[in-house]
Amino acid sequence: MSDSITLTINGQQVEAKAGQLLIDVADDNDIVVPRFCYHKKLSVAASCRMCLVEVERAPKPMPACATQVADGMVVQTRSAAAIAAQKSTMEFLLINHPLDCPICDQGGECELQDVAMGFGDGVSRYSEQKRVVMDKNIGPLIATDFTRCIHCTRCVRFGDEIAGLPEMGATGRGEHMEIGTYIEKAISSELSGNVIDICPVGALTAKPSRYTARPWELTQHASVSAHDCIGSNTYIHTRGNEVIRVVPRENESINESWISDRDRFSYTALKSDSRVVEPMMRVDGKLTTVDWETAIQTASDKLAGAANKGANIAALVSPQATLEEAFLAQKMVRGLGSNNVDHRLSQLDFSNQDKSAIMPWLGRSLASVESLDAALLVAANLRLEQPILSHRLRKAALNNDAAISSLGHFAGQYNYDLAQDLAGSAAQLVSDLVAVAQAVAKKTGTGLSTKFEGAKAGSAHQAIAKSLCDGDSSAIIVGVQALASPHLSLIQELCEAIATMSDSTLGYLSVSANSAGACLAGCTPHRTAAGVVGDKIGQHTSQIIQSSHDVLLNFAVNPGLDLNDGSAAQKLADNNDFIISVSSYLNDFDENHADLILPMAGFGETSGTFVNIEGLWQSFKGCVKSKGQSRPGWQLLAALGQLVLPGDFDYADSNQVNNEVKDLCQDVSLNNINGIQSSEASIPSKSRSLQRVGYTPIYACDEMTRLATPLQSTPLIKQQCTVVMSREQAEKLKLADAEQVHIKQGQGTAVLPLRLDDGVPSGCACIPGGFKAVKNLGEAFGTVELEIVS
Amino acid sequence: MIEKIKYYLKSFLFLELLKGLSVTGRYFFSKKITIQYPEERTPISPRFRGLHALRRYANGEERCIACKLCEAGCPALAITIESEERADGSRRTTRYDIDLFKCIYCGFCEEACPVDSIVETNIFEYHFENRGESIMTKEKLLEMGDKYEAQLAADRSVDAAYR
Repeated sequence: MSDSITLTINGQQVEAKAGQLLIDVADDNDIVVPRFCYHKKLSVAASCRMCLVEVERAPKPMPACATQVADGMVVQTRSAAAIAAQKSTMEFLLINHPLDCPICDQGGECELQDVAMGFGDGVSRYSEQKRVVMDKNIGPLIATDFTRCIHCTRCVRFGDEIAGLPEMGATGRGEHMEIGTYIEKAISSELSGNVIDICPVGALTAKPSRYTARPWELTQHASVSAHDCIGSNTYIHTRGNEVIRVVPRENESINESWISDRDRFSYTALKSDSRVVEPMMRVDGKLTTVDWETAIQTASDKLAGAANKGANIAALVSPQATLEEAFLAQKMVRGLGSNNVDHRLSQLDFSNQDKSAIMPWLGRSLASVESLDAALLVAANLRLEQPILSHRLRKAALNNDAAISSLGHFAGQYNYDLAQDLAGSAAQLVSDLVAVAQAVAKKTGTGLSTKFEGAKAGSAHQAIAKSLCDGDSSAIIVGVQALASPHLSLIQELCEAIATMSDSTLGYLSVSANSAGACLAGCTPHRTAAGVVGDKIGQHTSQIIQSSHDVLLNFAVNPGLDLNDGSAAQKLADNNDFIISVSSYLNDFDENHADLILPMAGFGETSGTFVNIEGLWQSFKGCVKSKGQSRPGWQLLAALGQLVLPGDFDYADSNQVNNEVKDLCQDVSLNNINGIQSSEASIPSKSRSLQRVGYTPIYACDEMTRLATPLQSTPLIKQQCTVVMSREQAEKLKLADAEQVHIKQGQGTAVLPLRLDDGVPSGCACIPGGFKAVKNLGEAFGTVELEIVS
Repeated sequence: MIEKIKYYLKSFLFLELLKGLSVTGRYFFSKKITIQYPEERTPISPRFRGLHALRRYANGEERCIACKLCEAGCPALAITIESEERADGSRRTTRYDIDLFKCIYCGFCEEACPVDSIVETNIFEYHFENRGESIMTKEKLLEMGDKYEAQLAADRSVDAAYR
């Protein structure tokens, strides 16, 4: 039997596949069927009854969202019976819906309003009392008004099926049905903001932008998310010169129709008090406002002076900077005669940088992750690092029965069942990898480097090896926590070996939105633009921190929080004679140590390009004017470049820069199997002392999220900014009853609340980094001492 | 022939002149409608559309809920509104400006208002002495509303049956 069938809708012959839902077929053919509960990404509930249509030979109108098409079916969506059914449904829905459209944030973009206009009756016959539902506080991101709820249960199904955290549900029946969180609590999903979009009425609206604008006042600008390496597509909605909100832009191959809360609410940082709005210079130890001319002239004098004195210049560039900014920054530093430029702020092990791939690359398309049979996640916590990728993997696990395993530092972090979930310290992770490699080698009959002999593969390792070897489509994904590991090259070597032996793809995730772009732009000491090996190798991040320079260009980096070792910020301050900071937000380092601060436009105010881990170049435009006297980063660098290297920086717009890099990158081919050989002669031995395992919490990944007030008040970040260890470990250290613990790592100390979670392996304490409370602590992995705070 | 006689009769008997004079005479003796503005005034319809005002409820709470329908409906783009969530959680304006130079006094704002907040008073005599005075701010509008509330309420109750 052929899959294709023909049916008639409103007299129009349409083609469809057998088993398709009637509502999908109607949508494909631009035939309007009203609906509330149906959503193409969610399961079918057929509870709102709004999509009733007349099907020939059916005794009653049928819900289009729950009716499968059949060959020869004759459907009428606008017949008398269909219209009568739709009108009655609408009348019932409106009985309890309040007439508060004028104060409802959904007013103007409300599906209920639209459908009532199109399919409802003009007058209401209902004059009795309407029901009232008490509002519930479900956190700092989502405002509720459950009196408006029409019980479509989209939010409930979203929680179950997409977010994987069934936090919302319906209690009661009939008129007493209420949507809520069962017990009053804030929603903690990292994708929770999407319920705002899928709610067809104004029951769930965005809290940060509450009551500030009407949909018809907003201008929509296509943009790209700036916080993870996925490059989710977004729309920035502006009113006048103000960003009002960010919503997802549908792109089936990247983010489908979802974005994470981080992408949605980080815009609130643009209004932060810490914005730098005018150039500042340190005069007699104090930051003083100066005009642009003085500022840029001073910067160029210092740079030119240093260039003449042997070019002892270095630059640290944020991996969140756009491709254009990264390119211009390295072009200027290289033009002045130095190769000391790096964007790999969290990396510690650079021993194999020459052999590493040109840029962090997933090794396959994002969409193909859904069809994986098996995957091994190494040192990653995707759910809280790349939520959209995690959602894809979750789909693979649920729909495809994929065996997803994790070798990390913290077990039990996923919203689906992992096949194997191993956790351990940085050294343990390497020995687990060795064990998996051994198992894979044994299974495939290949030999493994002799230095990895001796490791014993347990049943879990064998199961991982089996899933990777047996799967038709398997992948190894190395997460961002690996970048901070002192054993990075060992991890790379082992992952390459496992990938090659088991015929899996190998993928690397990166820290920020444009780590890949920064690599392509040449923001690395060993490679210039397009990954071309330079004639001289400059200093990488660790060397830049350790050596002294005449001038340091700090491009949008907050050293105290962005660097792997936050305490290195002091070294940067001591080692560099003159520090030029280009920054959108004033941070502690700039405030205390920068000699010159050039104000840069924030995200959303500047045009640019981000390259995601698929290698996809996505350009976006500025949507609002940059605040105060701040200027887009590329403009600022071009102006400075023109002064120090006249003629080389003659750019009229960021597109020109983009085209230049694009031309250079034409022949870039991506490959993750590069034959990396670690210099470590053997597997690192496990330490007996308490080991810190560090990671960056979801809302501490960059300056913008750190300054987004609504995100900082979520339960998720509060839960993450704690010392976590297993009960057993805490009891061993006599800390089980402690509320707060005192942390000592090397010279640094910090105090954090303690949380007990048996997902943290014994011998380890999970201590996150990237936020103020822990800025004095050292590297993400190392020996720590904990004490109870009395 | 007859036509010619009729014509001469009309001309020599001054019939048209008398006809004209009768109109003059009628108006000469009838009641005069000319008034001596500004000492004298004509009556004003309760639907008159003059200077704007923002009304309050009897308990002193401002009526405006920042729905921005007046702003959306204004054909002259004379209204500018900014809003936020007030401390008590209600939706309120932080700015409500009407540019009287742009306003064409069409009354659409009044028609659009779901809470009878923005209204037009029967005041049509006003002037500006300085640049910028043509902008009716929220404070000025509320002040107008407070001052003329009795009149506004009376006008609206007269018209209520027809709305």
